[in-house]
Amino acid sequence: MTQESWMEGTLAAPLLGAVLALIAGRSAASAIGILTALVGSAASIGLAFAVSRGGSFRYAVGGWGAPLGIDLRVDALAAVMLAMTGVVGLCISVYAVGYFRGKEAEAASSRTNTGPAWLFWPMWLMLWGGMNALYLSGDLFNIYVALEVVGISGIGLIALAGGSAIAAALRYLLLGLAGSLLYIVGVELLYAGYATLDLEQLRQRIDAQPSTWLAAALMTAGLLAKSALFPLHFWLPPAHGHALAPVSAALSALVVKTGFYLLVRLWLDVFAALGTEHVTTFLGALGAAAVLWGGVQALQQERLKMMVAYSTVAQIGYLFMLFPLASMSGSLTGALLLAVSHAMSKAALFMCAGSVLAVYGHDRIQSLQGFGALMPMTAAAFALSSISLIGLPPSGGFAGKWMLLSAALAGGAWWWAAIIVLGGLLTAAYLLRVLAFAFLEPVVASSTRAPRAMELTSLILAGMAIAMNFALLPLHDLLHAGGAR
Amino acid sequence: MTDPWIPLVAVGLPFLTGIVIFMLDDRQVALRSLLNLFGAFAKLVLVGVMLWGVVNGRDYGVRLAIAPGLDVALHVDALALLFITLSAVLWALTTVYAIGYLENAAHRSRFFGFFSLSIFATTGIALAGNLFTLFVFYEILTLVTYPLVVHRGTQKALAAGRVYLCYTLAGGAVLLLAVAWLHALAGPRDFVAGGYLREFGTDHQFTLILLFGFLIAGFGVKAALFPLHGWLPVAMVAPAPVSALLHAVAVVKAGAFAIIRVVYDVFGVEFAQSLGVLGPLALLAAFTILYGSFRALTEDELKKRLAYSTVSQVSYIILGVAVLGPLSTIGALVHLVNQGLLKITLFLTAGNLAETLGVHHVHEMDGVGRRMPLTMTAFTVGALGMIGVPPIAGFVTKFYLGSGAAQAGQWWVIVVLVASSLLNACYFLPILYRAWFQPQSAPWPNEKREGFDAKAVLLVPVLFSAALAVGAGIFANAPFGPLEWAKLISSREFGYGP
Repeated sequence: MTQESWMEGTLAAPLLGAVLALIAGRSAASAIGILTALVGSAASIGLAFAVSRGGSFRYAVGGWGAPLGIDLRVDALAAVMLAMTGVVGLCISVYAVGYFRGKEAEAASSRTNTGPAWLFWPMWLMLWGGMNALYLSGDLFNIYVALEVVGISGIGLIALAGGSAIAAALRYLLLGLAGSLLYIVGVELLYAGYATLDLEQLRQRIDAQPSTWLAAALMTAGLLAKSALFPLHFWLPPAHGHALAPVSAALSALVVKTGFYLLVRLWLDVFAALGTEHVTTFLGALGAAAVLWGGVQALQQERLKMMVAYSTVAQIGYLFMLFPLASMSGSLTGALLLAVSHAMSKAALFMCAGSVLAVYGHDRIQSLQGFGALMPMTAAAFALSSISLIGLPPSGGFAGKWMLLSAALAGGAWWWAAIIVLGGLLTAAYLLRVLAFAFLEPVVASSTRAPRAMELTSLILAGMAIAMNFALLPLHDLLHAGGAR
Repeated sequence: MTDPWIPLVAVGLPFLTGIVIFMLDDRQVALRSLLNLFGAFAKLVLVGVMLWGVVNGRDYGVRLAIAPGLDVALHVDALALLFITLSAVLWALTTVYAIGYLENAAHRSRFFGFFSLSIFATTGIALAGNLFTLFVFYEILTLVTYPLVVHRGTQKALAAGRVYLCYTLAGGAVLLLAVAWLHALAGPRDFVAGGYLREFGTDHQFTLILLFGFLIAGFGVKAALFPLHGWLPVAMVAPAPVSALLHAVAVVKAGAFAIIRVVYDVFGVEFAQSLGVLGPLALLAAFTILYGSFRALTEDELKKRLAYSTVSQVSYIILGVAVLGPLSTIGALVHLVNQGLLKITLFLTAGNLAETLGVHHVHEMDGVGRRMPLTMTAFTVGALGMIGVPPIAGFVTKFYLGSGAAQAGQWWVIVVLVASSLLNACYFLPILYRAWFQPQSAPWPNEKREGFDAKAVLLVPVLFSAALAVGAGIFANAPFGPLEWAKLISSREFGYGP
């Protein structure tokens, strides 16, 4: 297969699957969903291999080319994000099959209706397609469209849970709209100034004018809100904490990374000519604040899903510490590995929370005695993903943090190093607080078991987060072969 | 010709054993026990092969690149062999003991799984060829011993686990910072006798002193150096085989071993001396020795008394490291082995008392010598060894430590050694007196077993370790015994001999 066909598969499979799932309706949606997930993830992994062998490349859809047609392009950075989305997306899909089957069984026994739960599939595939389109886009307007697709399908997915999730979904909608608005105004300003939306051309033409700075500031503000960086994180915990488990997993593991990815593209590449030292320090400082604030908040949560959601606020902060350290060698590799392992471990954690909810009927941390004995696989998944999130060796989280830490220390920036280490301790505090309950004797003998598909996928994802410890070298090679910047 | 397979198998075997054991059902006792024993004895064979190979000039090592300039490296050198031999022998004993001790207990697959993983981590620590690898396995050891500490699943056990994690994870965070910083400063370097930081001494003197402090603080947590020892007495709620593992085979030993690596193979003992960091370390170790002994005096609970005794005894190793000179180095290294043999004997005998008679406190031990003569004989060997009575192993340690102090002209160290021996006598001899010379004063608190002494499966490991402790004293100079290895390592560090 050629590079282009991998790319087409990556883009088309989820979007096509979404339409098919919508047409097929309740009966066949999940079958189409799982099939699409298989094809889509295989294509994105194939694409990553193609990039690692052949380097980055562009592809004009239908042969039209910019500025009239749509240009797709992929480099190592995009390939990593795509592969991450593919692998984690596949696992989320498998988990979702078990999850909704369990819901149906529950609904059947209580003679209620699962409602429009099958709509999960078209919306989830649309979300996936939107993310893939975003990573494959090479110009600012296409990125805007992709952002909107991601945002709207995300809102629908959150609202699936009904009840208090509707309010959270509306909040997410308002914030998403505000973010998009800021972003598109910035894009228009840039277009007015440089008469192009192509990232590559912008990079060459950009200069430090007031309107450029304004545009950059607006776009950055919009994207920060979408990636839930402190202090614009307030919408995330209710949205991720109230959604259905596979939805929370997708949003927390994958969607928040899109904003981060775009900011990396913009500030470490397109806007580099602006002289960005203050901006990168500012972004890093926000990241550091997020690590501490999110950690302290997570420590105080009573409910497991809310705690995991606040943990995302903190972990996103780690990624943003890349910006001030970007000039040090190895920092980009480290931050990307951190993003990938966070995607795996965070998805696994939300899956664990979903399995716990299915068995216990609630997720109050204080009442989870003995979940280790009741659901050993989930407890193991929880433990392994905790190790990676805390950044203990061996795990992807550790390897990523090590690279950031080394970059900070090599540059003499000990304060970033101190935050990285301190954040790890905070993470340990809130995750191990929960894990300790696994070792108590169970109080009530629950007869319900979580579907095996759910427990197993969370364990596989958590295991992958650990295995990512050995991914630094391949990732480093990929970034060098594929010309990240 | 470097052989990669033996060290890989030595590390991988306990790991795989642990994973397989996790998957077993709790009721598959025979299969699990068989796996445990196979793991333990295969490990002994492997260690034997490595000993034979190294003596015959073979080189065992393997490395795996994690990132450019960052390797996980395993390498078998004399110091590694000393530690891995100790842990392999004691692991085999503890495994046999644990199988007997936990008969019919709950969650045994979980227990033995993590038990195996603890040995995996300890083997990694022993064979680590550089500071990064040592750190990785050191942190793994924290993680896999936590479930053992909280194994009983009571609120008290959970509280102890919390304390344990607070100390070890905070120590781990400091270590992470120090290891990454050293890596940024000196680049990727392997352990080497005499250290590798001398060349950075002039430019980065202050940083290096700070990093030495960080490393000692980080590793000092597991070595239970004052004031970082708080977790050790609390962790006594764990079952007896775990206590043995924590105190003699794995955890505290890992801390002490890592400090030895840092002083000898990272900084180099002479360079560390020139930085002026050894003096404070010696003072801290001496204080810990006396402090632990004083605390042990006042504890009535037997396991707690033994725990404070560990706090005190492990610092002998640190003290020997911190006093410059080949003789004190030999004392430190040989005590790594001797303390292990003596402490495992003491903890397993304490387990026998608890398991057979329900005796947990010193005041309940009146006349216990007549009821359990073999167990108490082993206990007596351990206690006298700790005091330093010849010909038991502990005497060899104190002899070399004392001679080393005299050689270095640090007479105050000898005063500390004498004072500590007196204190050891003060908290051990009353136990022996009660056990052997007092008649039984009250019924046993919870007698679970009629008949002679303890169950055979509990008794045999105890007697075996006691015999080893006596043997390590009497045959101290035997070829390829611990003392000979210690002399070899010391001579390499100080740059003469082979």
